[in-house]
Amino acid sequence: MTAVLSRTPDTAPDTRPGGAWVAVCAETDLTPERPVAALVGEEQVAIVRTHDGQVYAVGNRDPFSGAYVLSRGIVGSAGEVPVLISPMFKQAFDLRTGQCLAARGVAVPTYAVTVGEGVVSVALGARS
Amino acid sequence: MKLVVAGNGMVGQRFVEALRARDSAGRWEVTVLAEESRPAYDRVGLSAYFTGTSAEDLSLVPEGFYDDAPAVTLRLGEPVLSVDRDRHVVTTARGEYAYDALVLATGSYPFVPPVPGSDLPGCFVYRTLEDLEALAAHCAGRRAGAVVGGGLLGLEAANALRLLGLRTHVVEFAPRLMPMQLDEAGGAMLRRHVEALGLTVHTATRTERLEAGPDGIVERMVFAAAEDGAPVTGGAEPGIDVDTVVFAAGVRPRDDLARACGLEVGPRGGVVVDRTCRTSDPAVYAIGECANVDGQVHGLVAPGYAMAEVVAARLLGGDDTFAAADSSTKLKLLGVDVASFGTPAGELDVVYSDPAHGIYAKLALTDDAQTLLGGILVGDASAYAVLRAGVNGPLPGKLADFLGSGEVSGDLPGGAQVCSCHAVTKDDILTAVGDGHTDVAGLKACTRAGTGCGSCVPLLKTLLTQAGVEQSKAMCEHFAYSRQELFDLVRVRELRSFSRIVAEFGTGRGCDVCKPAIASILASLGNGHILDGEQAALQDTNDRFLANLQRNGTYSVVPRIPGGEITPDKLLVIAEVARDFGLYTKITGAQRIDLLGARVEQLPLIWRRLVDAGMESGHAYGKAVRTVKSCVGTTWCRFGVQDSVSLAVNLELRYRGLRSPHKIKAGVSGCARECAEARGKDVGVIATENGWNLFVGGNGGFRPRHADLFATDLDTETLVRTIDRFLMFYVRTADRLQRTAAWIEGMDGGLDHLRSVIVDDTLGICADLDAAMERHVADYSDEWAATLDDPDKLSRFVSFVNAPGTPDPSIEFVTQRGQAVPADAPVLVAGPTLATRTQGEVDR
Repeated sequence: MTAVLSRTPDTAPDTRPGGAWVAVCAETDLTPERPVAALVGEEQVAIVRTHDGQVYAVGNRDPFSGAYVLSRGIVGSAGEVPVLISPMFKQAFDLRTGQCLAARGVAVPTYAVTVGEGVVSVALGARS
Repeated sequence: MKLVVAGNGMVGQRFVEALRARDSAGRWEVTVLAEESRPAYDRVGLSAYFTGTSAEDLSLVPEGFYDDAPAVTLRLGEPVLSVDRDRHVVTTARGEYAYDALVLATGSYPFVPPVPGSDLPGCFVYRTLEDLEALAAHCAGRRAGAVVGGGLLGLEAANALRLLGLRTHVVEFAPRLMPMQLDEAGGAMLRRHVEALGLTVHTATRTERLEAGPDGIVERMVFAAAEDGAPVTGGAEPGIDVDTVVFAAGVRPRDDLARACGLEVGPRGGVVVDRTCRTSDPAVYAIGECANVDGQVHGLVAPGYAMAEVVAARLLGGDDTFAAADSSTKLKLLGVDVASFGTPAGELDVVYSDPAHGIYAKLALTDDAQTLLGGILVGDASAYAVLRAGVNGPLPGKLADFLGSGEVSGDLPGGAQVCSCHAVTKDDILTAVGDGHTDVAGLKACTRAGTGCGSCVPLLKTLLTQAGVEQSKAMCEHFAYSRQELFDLVRVRELRSFSRIVAEFGTGRGCDVCKPAIASILASLGNGHILDGEQAALQDTNDRFLANLQRNGTYSVVPRIPGGEITPDKLLVIAEVARDFGLYTKITGAQRIDLLGARVEQLPLIWRRLVDAGMESGHAYGKAVRTVKSCVGTTWCRFGVQDSVSLAVNLELRYRGLRSPHKIKAGVSGCARECAEARGKDVGVIATENGWNLFVGGNGGFRPRHADLFATDLDTETLVRTIDRFLMFYVRTADRLQRTAAWIEGMDGGLDHLRSVIVDDTLGICADLDAAMERHVADYSDEWAATLDDPDKLSRFVSFVNAPGTPDPSIEFVTQRGQAVPADAPVLVAGPTLATRTQGEVDR
């Protein structure tokens, strides 16, 4: 019984300007508006590709419930802001800054993320 | 300071609520002494008891309102027996209560004319829920009944008898029906309506005596000769054979307490009060139907409410006074609108009469035709709210508009009362609109307008429109359409993807509101597995993982157990799965077994075991048909009259997977004992000797509601077809997250309209609804099994895309009562056994 398929890319973690980068998945693993969760070092990161092809990475922990579930939320927009909406109590987070739109002062960390040669990589350590 | 309130009727309750709302400093400690065994209920809506509304539904007391002892205490079944005004003490059968202020809200009692035989078994009054229960119990198997009194209450009582299956007579002493409200022509028009419903009307008729049959129960009502000596009906002694008599000939104020303690009462009854509602004793007030203000006793609830507000304000130092009462009334008896407002006889009467359509309207104006004084409407009262609010002002629109059944608009003066139940003026409404309340629900919450009899709700909508408020049906910032409109657009344009839909009809990229709604619409229109292609990105987390998200990020799995019937083998499989995956198991409220605590990557493994054992998804996660609960029916039960289990299983399998605006639950009971609690469901079926009774629109949840009786004694085929149409019409036309109850309530014409659409096919859509349901039944496939068969879908069921074998390290469990629960689960402070003495420390 194979319920899960291995999606780990062969590319080893690599160091680029700005810190240590961790390759997390193939570009083809990122379907628009269907986030995935990744373990980056000790941290859980939600990685999102939006409809226009942009890729964002934010913390996976929902600050309102404490559960690591943001990667299971709905991706959408609030005005011009691309957002990820928590599946727990439906707060929207700005994918660019991590700011919660409904509660000023609450934010999730954001991570640098790059896509190169078909591989998605996330920088170790949150930017904010 | 101590306040005693004698009576917990509509006005008494309103008074206590008004006082509590104002008394923020807690100056008054309130004790309410009530005669009836139930807290205050909606006596105006009493007749709804016969159309399926329960006693609980009629309750007017907000949940928990009397939990705030000693600030407020309600003592039911403990009426005040006497008042000692010198000692400031009232006495009940159980003791004495001291008061600093006493409010009499004892209401009125039904007047029974002194007719010999009026105390025979089979004779009733129509005032309390107990009266109605006794009447309903008596009427089982009876044939013919008479109501003495052709006024508002008499016609309600007559309708009740009719609904109880009796041939019904209305006996009115005056020469027309509703003599207090209508003129001769209006009464005649109402009579035509009433007779068209099969009731027999006897006007200008006095009941002389009632005679008992051999069983001692009333058997015959004998009429006196009419006042002018003309014979009333043929035969030697005019009269009618009836086995049930209801007296609804008016009410009299209950002023006996006041009389006994020496307070002043009016010549025709009622405790005399001034405009502050104070009696001849400054420590005693009287409000509602027991009070006599300016020599007049008011038999309507609106003036009573106004008095309640006056006294509540006065007790806290206010200077409110009772203003002239609005005696307007509006009644809907089996679809016949009757309304009277203001002073319906003026210097200049304008009359419109259309016997062909059963419409009669009269407007009373001043002789210069500039000021509206009042009016009467029979057959069509759509102009009622606007007209009543315009009384004593210029006619709010063109005269002709109000006399036919034309479109009613109207520009009211600011002080005009829009809601007479709660004394809300047009200015109050406009202020609320200015404060940002831009829909009817907001206005109701803010001003209480529309929360009484509800007749002003259409006017609230008109006022919103006039105030320039675009009443948005927009689902969210991305779509300016309602769910129903989007459903039709998507269906007619045959759109299959969110991207197309948002490109053509919306803006942006959607949100947690519109995306799941469109996912539901697409699923309802048969667009394949909900995780296919782009659809997967629309699903809320429960639908996306085909399981229910719990507070610690794990999911619960609920296998379908149709009708609650399950074999021991399947029970064993569920038990083994739960044991092997360390899942917490709990029997749900809907006859299923919930398996909680599964991590994302465990879900496919769990489903594999369940699917292999012949089970499937119970759709506990979706806005979809969930369960059909059942009792054991005739298979096992001594009392069952139909096979409820087979029907429940068949219904659940038929509708499984049907996506809808909100979750749908159903129940089937095998007899009237209702062990399946079917009336708490969106669709409730209760077996009768002759087939099935169908109830719709019930629900548990935040605002519990019993279902309403929709159709009776259906054979199984008709039952299923009716449920098919009900569900499909709901799926197509309800708002997002609108439960069936709110959907029906929000429908123009309510339950009657729904019946006309899906039973009489007045919209001509039933064939379409039937076909849509047939497609759903034919296309059903289990979402769990389909996911297991699809590697691409399966690949999504991992905690981490780069470490598929690693479980989420944040999820931890501890053991409680032998099962795994989230490590940070709240713990019952008192422990599983209730403490009998103070414990030093609580074990965590």
